[in-house]
Amino acid sequence: MNAPHKVGIGTPLARVDGADKVTGRAKYAAEYAVPDLLYGVAVPARIARGRIASIDDAAARAVPGVVEVMTHENRPKQAWLDHSWKDELSIPGDPFKALHDDRVLFAGQPVALVVAETFEAARFAAGLVEIDYEVEAHNVDFDTSLAEKFLPPKGMRRNTYHPPKARGDADAAFDAAALKVSGDYRLATEHHNPMEMHASTVEWHGDGKITVYDKVQGSQNTQGYLAGAFKLSKKDVRVVNAYVGGGFGSGLRPQWQVQLATMGAILLERSVRVVMTRQQMFYHAHRPECTYEIRLGAEHTGKLTSIYGDATTSTSRFENNMEDIVTWGMMNYDCPNAEGHYTIAPRDTYTSADMRAPGAATGMALFEIAIDEMAYEAKVDPLEFRMVNYSETEAMNQVPFTSKALREAYREGAERFGWAERSPEPRSMKEGRELVGWGVATGMWDAQFSKTSARARLSANGDLEVASASSDIGTGTYTVMTQVAADTLGLSPDRITARLGDSDLPTAPVEGGSWAAASTGAAVQLACRSVAEKLFKAADEVENRPLWGAKSIDDLDFVNGEMVLKSDTTKRVSLTDAMRAGGLDVIEVEETAKPGLFDMVSMARKARNTHSAVFVEVRVDEVLDQVRVTRVVNAVAAGRIINPRTARSQILGGVVMGIGMALHEETFIDATLGRWMNHNYAEYHVPAHADIEDIDVIFVDEPDPEVTPLGVKGLGEIGIVGTAAAVANAIFHATGKRIRSLPITIDKLLEVAP
Amino acid sequence: MIRFDYARPSDVAEAVRDGAGDHVAYLAGGTNLIDLMKENVARPLEVVDINRLPLARITDLDDGGLRLGALATNADTAYDERVQARYPLLASAILAGASPQLRNAATNGGNLNQRTRCYYFYDVDTPCNKRVPGQGCGAIGGVNRIHAILGASDRCIATHPSDMCVALAALKAQVQVTGLEGDRAIAFDDYHRLPGDEPWRDNNLKQGELVTAIDLPAEDFSTNYTYLKLRDRLSYAFALVSVAVAMRLEEGRIADVRIALGGVAHKPWRRIEAEEAIKNERPSDTVFDTAASALLAGAVGQGDNSFKIGLAHKAIVRALNQAAAGTPQSQTDKRIR
Amino acid sequence: MNDAVTIDREAAVRVAARPIATLPLSLTINGEARELQVEPWTTLLDLLRDKLDLTGTKKGCDHGQCGACTVLIDGRRINSCLKLAVSVDGAEITTIEGLGQPGELHPLQAAFIEHDAFQCGYCTPGQICSAQGLINEGHAKDRQDVREQMSGNLCRCGAYTNIADAVLEVMEKQA
Repeated sequence: MNAPHKVGIGTPLARVDGADKVTGRAKYAAEYAVPDLLYGVAVPARIARGRIASIDDAAARAVPGVVEVMTHENRPKQAWLDHSWKDELSIPGDPFKALHDDRVLFAGQPVALVVAETFEAARFAAGLVEIDYEVEAHNVDFDTSLAEKFLPPKGMRRNTYHPPKARGDADAAFDAAALKVSGDYRLATEHHNPMEMHASTVEWHGDGKITVYDKVQGSQNTQGYLAGAFKLSKKDVRVVNAYVGGGFGSGLRPQWQVQLATMGAILLERSVRVVMTRQQMFYHAHRPECTYEIRLGAEHTGKLTSIYGDATTSTSRFENNMEDIVTWGMMNYDCPNAEGHYTIAPRDTYTSADMRAPGAATGMALFEIAIDEMAYEAKVDPLEFRMVNYSETEAMNQVPFTSKALREAYREGAERFGWAERSPEPRSMKEGRELVGWGVATGMWDAQFSKTSARARLSANGDLEVASASSDIGTGTYTVMTQVAADTLGLSPDRITARLGDSDLPTAPVEGGSWAAASTGAAVQLACRSVAEKLFKAADEVENRPLWGAKSIDDLDFVNGEMVLKSDTTKRVSLTDAMRAGGLDVIEVEETAKPGLFDMVSMARKARNTHSAVFVEVRVDEVLDQVRVTRVVNAVAAGRIINPRTARSQILGGVVMGIGMALHEETFIDATLGRWMNHNYAEYHVPAHADIEDIDVIFVDEPDPEVTPLGVKGLGEIGIVGTAAAVANAIFHATGKRIRSLPITIDKLLEVAP
Repeated sequence: MIRFDYARPSDVAEAVRDGAGDHVAYLAGGTNLIDLMKENVARPLEVVDINRLPLARITDLDDGGLRLGALATNADTAYDERVQARYPLLASAILAGASPQLRNAATNGGNLNQRTRCYYFYDVDTPCNKRVPGQGCGAIGGVNRIHAILGASDRCIATHPSDMCVALAALKAQVQVTGLEGDRAIAFDDYHRLPGDEPWRDNNLKQGELVTAIDLPAEDFSTNYTYLKLRDRLSYAFALVSVAVAMRLEEGRIADVRIALGGVAHKPWRRIEAEEAIKNERPSDTVFDTAASALLAGAVGQGDNSFKIGLAHKAIVRALNQAAAGTPQSQTDKRIR
Repeated sequence: MNDAVTIDREAAVRVAARPIATLPLSLTINGEARELQVEPWTTLLDLLRDKLDLTGTKKGCDHGQCGACTVLIDGRRINSCLKLAVSVDGAEITTIEGLGQPGELHPLQAAFIEHDAFQCGYCTPGQICSAQGLINEGHAKDRQDVREQMSGNLCRCGAYTNIADAVLEVMEKQA
């Protein structure tokens, strides 16, 4: 039987929001034309810690067009209790409250908002606000802050934090080990730097209601947050984030521009827009700086006998941001003895935050460099080394995986890359004046699932709308929703409209952690299955009951707008006929997908993870140490792939950011002034076109009906994990120079003799 | 951004009159000035838009040289057939800098007058002697990865960020300027200044003077030349170190050579002694090593940027090799030749 | 002229209260002649986005460091964030909205969709305008040229390889 053409799960459907994006019609937070709009520009604090002594805003107020200079002295009422300022992803501590009082907690903190009739007037006047401070001693230097490092007591830890679970005796095994590697590994502070700057347009309707167009990764998160912070009723706050110009974690939590814009709107009873400048984008979320002491012991064969890790990451003085750093290595490798420790170190900056694959991107990258060192120590091929220490189970918690096709990823990746041709010795491959190096590293991330609701609405003409308050930050959620709906109901994608990014829609969590596709997809599927049930029932009313014999929708194929009896494909009813026969003008249902609803999810505890094998070729000038990443193969085991086209893009993006992590990205802080200094795109380098050559993505077959309802594991993070380490390891192979501190800038390579 | 009066003169004399007062800035491509104005680093009370002045042409000079109009864009200059054929070093240096969009807007005069990329200069909430005389220098003892190793002072360790100017220094260009006191020509080496006690002065233009053209002398460096740039990413980044070399070989010996460095000082860095030291020598690593040592004599690191001394040394040797071999660095193929 | 552009704060305050005088400005935007009045310190980017509701042109840094604001002026790509609107008086400007619209996509727009050459979409209009500028310039012959000559457009989602594929495809078709 020829399978009828059907767009479904696994089809490389082009992005359904593509036309809007390539024509400039897609509207982002700062782009909604709102009548009578005011523009707010924030004034950042000059100092890193202290108090505002006085504010002279006379000159700013004199500027024609300026409506208000809002400070802690004249801002509208806001909640006093920290509890009211919590958002879905709040972390233990005191959430930052802009213009709350005279305290300055970090350099760049917004201490005033100039609001004017034009952006230009506000920008000009913001430069005229004069503020005097009582300066207090600060510390922003990570190394200095290590003196204050601590593990927060239970109750003050992030609920996402997993304490490392020791096994065996790592110290004794290390002492006894034939081969040893030990060192301090570092990652510099990075900033997310999504292309769209954080922006909010708050539309004041005049009837107590506001609509907030916000750059955030979850509309309902902002909604709940603003309602709590400004004592508003949730129903009076609608938040729209239909298009989000990248996030990578910086928009997981509502940022200060939405506080300021909302405050300004309440104070002035007018619509207000606040957009961060690129410089100000450096005064909030960032990936924490990390120091990670690693000790590995192994036998001569390369079999690991001891893993020891002790990591510290940076946070602020007002919130305890925590990541899982040391656990990844302990989970990934078969090794009888393992021990890990973790602390955080406070400094006078904004709180560090989740950035693409938080914890794993850092911890796995640094650990995989150490693993590479041990492979050389053992004189075992680095890929073979990883096979020797392969763990079929999640090694830290000693539980099975729902699936783990990492071995296949290693094999398929190696084959595509041509790993077998590799010459083992460092500095042994050369072309012209460039040393060529090949490196490999492993990636690992969580496959997560989060309670999500979706609505499906089928009209009598056969048009379907699916909706959920989920977000699409470039991840392809619109397309995934469309595809899952098309798959379930057999409709052509052009009959389907996917709606998201609106707090009025069915409940969905913040988009992040790679759970959106699995969760929103499952919710849409449930809703569409409910529609299918109703259609099936209605089909009973169709003359001659063509589907007679079918017991449930599982006996039917939904294809080309028809229900087709699986056992006899000549028997079919179109969806529109069924609705007409059933007397239905519209079918509308809302369903919620949640862990526990499916037996697969509620099964006995298993580890749920994505894995990857990343292979990298670098070319390094033998004298000048200029590094070029010329080839990457990233083989990913991530369960079922809904859309190979957009899925590939997710991995490409992760790889590019991983190359940035390996070679470019580093935010410099001036310890004396307490300020981030390279706060712009010219001096904070993200990879440019010229830095990115050939990237190949492989999705290895990994059927996993257990992990989530659709068998989807998620792809937003896994692409970056492992990439930076593979680059670092390739650089070692090329040059014989082992750099344990990311990014590997030219100065670090020049310092080391080959 | 400050509010300012805007004038758009249509001839040079008018522009110079408009530009004569205090707190006046000439606006050409705007790629640096508008950036600085948005940061409140530049606060002109009057902006004189010179884009309508007839200074955008590239013309042959009677002596066989080439005159680059001050308002010719960097892109038009780099892709001009005469520049490509006769001054490929200049074309290469221009194409090593910025981005196509910026080069389409940025002008030759503006390129000369662009200001430093020093983090502190750019951040009005930090001290900077270049921005506010007497305020102190945040970069000394601060974050100074991109700062000067040569010719710095205890007031300022900023660098000049241009690529184009490094080539112009090696080509011994002349800058034509005009002002209320008339026209004059400034030798390229004398155009930019070292910071000394007056780091706020980037160059030797007098107040209100306007660059009208850059003249390239009639010398042939179209065979043995190179522009080698090292930076933190492979495109669209300022130089950590760059080297422009213009060389003439006669019977296997170096008959003439110019070496200029970018990214290391407050101006394109040349030293006649370094060039003289290797004239009449046959190209070799040893000879080039001598030149590099002479060029970098007295180089001082500030901490974060100390690596530049070694990097510059190696880059000079490589660039001289590229020039001698007639294999100039491509600005597209990032392999270093 | 170096020191002339740095003035003390008092002088800035003195001018703060000065009344605003707008200037007349004639532009042709996406084929449509416009007669406008603008303040001299309004950039072309802010004019397009805030005053003319042409929000397809994006603000990614406002300092010429990302390329999201790229538009074509008389066929040449520039960063609109670094142009005062008044200084391009008389120019012909093409923004992403003028290149093509759904249903009649420009070949580059279609190729970007086909090659999935974007994710969040925020740098995309700038990438496409820049690619059109690159094609107009005619200096790119191969993939390496395209990568170098598109380097003025950052993409934080990392769609670079797909963008290069899309640009090359259109370039080759038009060659």
